Amino acid sequence: MEKFTIVTSRAIPLPTENIDTDQIIPARFLKATDKLGFGDNVFRDWRFHKDGSANKDFALNNPNYSGNILVAGDNFGCGSSREHAAWALVGYGFKVIVSSFFADIFKGNALNNGLLPVQVTEEYLKKLLAHLQENPTSEVIVNLEEQTIESAIGKATFEINTYKKTCMINGYDDIDFLISNKDKIKAFEAKHV
Amino acid sequence: MGKTLFDKVWDAHVVDTIENGPQILYIDKHLIHEVTSPQAFNELEQRGIPIARPDKIVATADHNTPTVDQHLPVKDALSKKQLEQLSENCKKNNIPLYGLGHEKNGIVHVIAPELGITQPGMTMVCGDSHTSTHGAFGIIAFGIGTSQVAQVFASQCLLLQKPKSLRVNVNGKLKKGVLPKDVILYIIAKLGTNSGTGYFCEYAGNVFEEMSMEGRMTVCNMSIEMGARGGMIAPDQTTFDYVKGREEAPKGEEFDKKVAYWKTLPTDEDAVFDQEYWLDAADIEPMITYGTNPGMGIKITENIPALNDSSFEKSLNYMDFKKGESLINKPINYVFIGSCTNSRIEDFRVAANYVKGKQKASNVNAWLVPGSQKVAKQIAEEGLQNVFEEAGFVLRQPGCSACLAMNDDKIPEGEYCVSTSNRNFEGRQGQGSRTILASPLVAAATAVAGKIIDVTKEVESLELA
Ligand code: SF4
Repeated sequence: MEKFTIVTSRAIPLPTENIDTDQIIPARFLKATDKLGFGDNVFRDWRFHKDGSANKDFALNNPNYSGNILVAGDNFGCGSSREHAAWALVGYGFKVIVSSFFADIFKGNALNNGLLPVQVTEEYLKKLLAHLQENPTSEVIVNLEEQTIESAIGKATFEINTYKKTCMINGYDDIDFLISNKDKIKAFEAKHV
Repeated sequence: MGKTLFDKVWDAHVVDTIENGPQILYIDKHLIHEVTSPQAFNELEQRGIPIARPDKIVATADHNTPTVDQHLPVKDALSKKQLEQLSENCKKNNIPLYGLGHEKNGIVHVIAPELGITQPGMTMVCGDSHTSTHGAFGIIAFGIGTSQVAQVFASQCLLLQKPKSLRVNVNGKLKKGVLPKDVILYIIAKLGTNSGTGYFCEYAGNVFEEMSMEGRMTVCNMSIEMGARGGMIAPDQTTFDYVKGREEAPKGEEFDKKVAYWKTLPTDEDAVFDQEYWLDAADIEPMITYGTNPGMGIKITENIPALNDSSFEKSLNYMDFKKGESLINKPINYVFIGSCTNSRIEDFRVAANYVKGKQKASNVNAWLVPGSQKVAKQIAEEGLQNVFEEAGFVLRQPGCSACLAMNDDKIPEGEYCVSTSNRNFEGRQGQGSRTILASPLVAAATAVAGKIIDVTKEVESLELA
């Protein structure tokens, strides 16, 4: 996993609420047995018409928008547990997703892939979305160490579990940690029925 | 203060607690399937880490399998490769696999309970969000991502933050024709799709106590649709009777010992939940959804609400429905009875009971997909297959099928499908398809009428199974 510190970037506003993982990566793309190439199909059915031409109305296709921060409507990542959704967003180049609410499994999957979910208040989100739509070149700064997000509409803090934060900053993952606890697990197994 | 059912099971599985951090939770059973496991196997192989407890893993092929001609080689090259990789990985690591065509094959959440793998008091995970189904047995069961699949492979444990507790109480008498599916669709419509996020939910009240295990599984299955990681129902005599005698269940004295322990699991009377709701069973009616998330549900006789909200409008636009309209008499060309929500024998009994002596409407393509080989066998043995065939329905072979449309079972663009599955997201059942979630009774009635009808009028005369 890549180490995460500060991301300074323009951001893409996507105000839709309840974006589910079927939209992030439709099931027909889940046949691969590795983690590569999912970025090409992120939001596939919103990005492209059925004939393969680009949907000009979709935020990711809007030439005014760019950057590796996605700002999305409430309850982002609900639905299926497919980690392919996180791989697709990372594959496309996103490093941060900002929303007022994240579904549990998606949040965990994102963190396990170096993609930072930044949860802000509904009010902050609303203002940020509106600001970005009017000022597409405006930059957003996300600082993991300080747990802050800063933009033209102001600075806000966000929560992250201390353990997960350490993992993200150092690029560690849970497997290393769990394996280092092997003896404790063995001892537990011996008494657990 | 007393403990909840969830607390009791959770606490019994904590290996260690990290200060200001997550806990290490021991996992009793790990179910895997072809779609979310290959990258986890690769990860371990690349890092040279062996699978810690292959004896605690069970594998099946279900998401990406054909539901016709299962005895023939799989045609789609990518699906074939994914299935082959599962077989190889299981063989290499000594993991039991109930693959395509195996007599124990089926949807992961249907086979584990029917084989007796699912037992009260356990912790259970699978790389699939509907793992919550198994909570019907009073177990902590939840879906995980592929990185977590790799963690469980490597250590038989997960690093987790203990979720908050939520209880949904439904008491009173259910009306005739109101099925467990309606109960959960009602709960989600009432509380909202993210009301459960951050929580583990317990369902309590006489409505659940009186439900069969199949019904409880339908309810717990859709916990994730309100955002909860899982749902649980306290184990009781219904649970013990269901588990007893199943292939992988404990036998004889060992079973009795287990039952004595399982009886200690229900929530203590003085336990307090972080959040609690009370609903009245008498308010529930047969439900349908009209939008693109499972919270967008109404009683079948109600009209679509008229909200001024851009996400709501986007959703209605996708469905081609109008604010304030009724769905009664909407012509429907596709009906799907299947998925881990409603593909157990009880679901097919309800459908067959309605269909008996009637004919499928000529405009309808109805797909009946049993959840497992065992369910398929039972459908034949109980004579339900004859009922369906005489009515013009075709029964397919087990699998996830049109629930997620990864195989060829796709609903065409623009078509409506009344479906017993759990998700009505855009394109869930095929690109451009429009899903209306409902119970097996409503689905069967739609297939016969060729349109959505008010089943509440008909159920009076019906003896429901
Ligand atoms: S039937 Fe549908 S919801 Fe259930 S496991 Fe299969 S794809 Fe998932």
